[in-house]
Amino acid sequence: MERIPILRIGEMLLVSIQVDLQDHTALMLQDDLSNRIVETGAKGVLIDISALEIVDSFIGRMISTTAAVSRVLDAETVVVGMQPAVAITLVELGLTLSGVRTALDVDRGLRMLRDSVEFPVVERGVTPDDGRAD
Amino acid sequence: MTDAPTDDQTVLPLKADSDVVRVRQLVRDVATAVRLSLVDQTKLVTAASELARNTLVYGGGGEARVRRLTQGTSVGVEVVFSDDGPGIADTDLALTDGWTSGNGLGLGLSGTRRLVDDFHLDTAPGAGTTVTIAKWRR
Ligand SMILES: Nc1ncnc2c1ncn2[C@@H]1O[C@H](COP(=O)(O)OP(=O)(O)O)[C@@H](O)[C@H]1O
Ligand SMILES: [Mg+2]
Repeated sequence: MERIPILRIGEMLLVSIQVDLQDHTALMLQDDLSNRIVETGAKGVLIDISALEIVDSFIGRMISTTAAVSRVLDAETVVVGMQPAVAITLVELGLTLSGVRTALDVDRGLRMLRDSVEFPVVERGVTPDDGRAD
Repeated sequence: MTDAPTDDQTVLPLKADSDVVRVRQLVRDVATAVRLSLVDQTKLVTAASELARNTLVYGGGGEARVRRLTQGTSVGVEVVFSDDGPGIADTDLALTDGWTSGNGLGLGLSGTRRLVDDFHLDTAPGAGTTVTIAKWRR
């Protein structure tokens, strides 16, 4: 049975879904993520769905539930990389993904998580005294 | 041989979770071969995923038949889902956004109808359920 790997980086959990998700695999991921949040005390969860060719109501519900559960466990979830065709289809299907934060790509998703969560100082990108920015 | 659409028909069983994935992949392949746009492919595959799951969960399993459609200069893809399950007593209710007899989101039938060009629901209590959908190339 397939299992989606969950990577831990500092206070964040990263998941990149690279397979055509069976319902059972989606439910397992939902459970695994909740357990890992509790085990690790993670404050942020980033789910990359850029490789997903569809999001139907089952996968959509899994994503919404994961976001809601993680919030109760004091972690923020951001879903990144949704393909435009998937987004269009989702809206027409009637899925709202209410309560789910999204970002265009992994970079922006990470920034969003960092902004909403107090992470220990992370050196990254342009700092105020970096005159050579860009 | 003519280009009669039935020549392309492929039948897949729907008995397990993994069969739903297989149906999605076949529908994607045929939609790509017929050169539906990416958005239309995505809509059709998503609709097929919803209906395949219904066949499995509510119909107790069944099958999906996928074929290429040709009508004059138009081409498209048709998918037929059928089961010998309990059928649907109140189809208006079943087609209402958000209505579910299980623990779904109640968007499978109603949402699917919005995603495709042709939608036909044939069901009766005790007589199983057949849902036919089609998407045409624009
Ligand atoms: N193949 C089927 N056989 C029997 N009942 C069905 C079938 N497909 C759908 N239904 C009924 O229609 C309802 C609505 O289906 P759907 O819109 O897919 O929502 P959901 O799957 O979330 O319940 C189902 O809850 C079920 O009662
Ligand atoms: Mg359904």
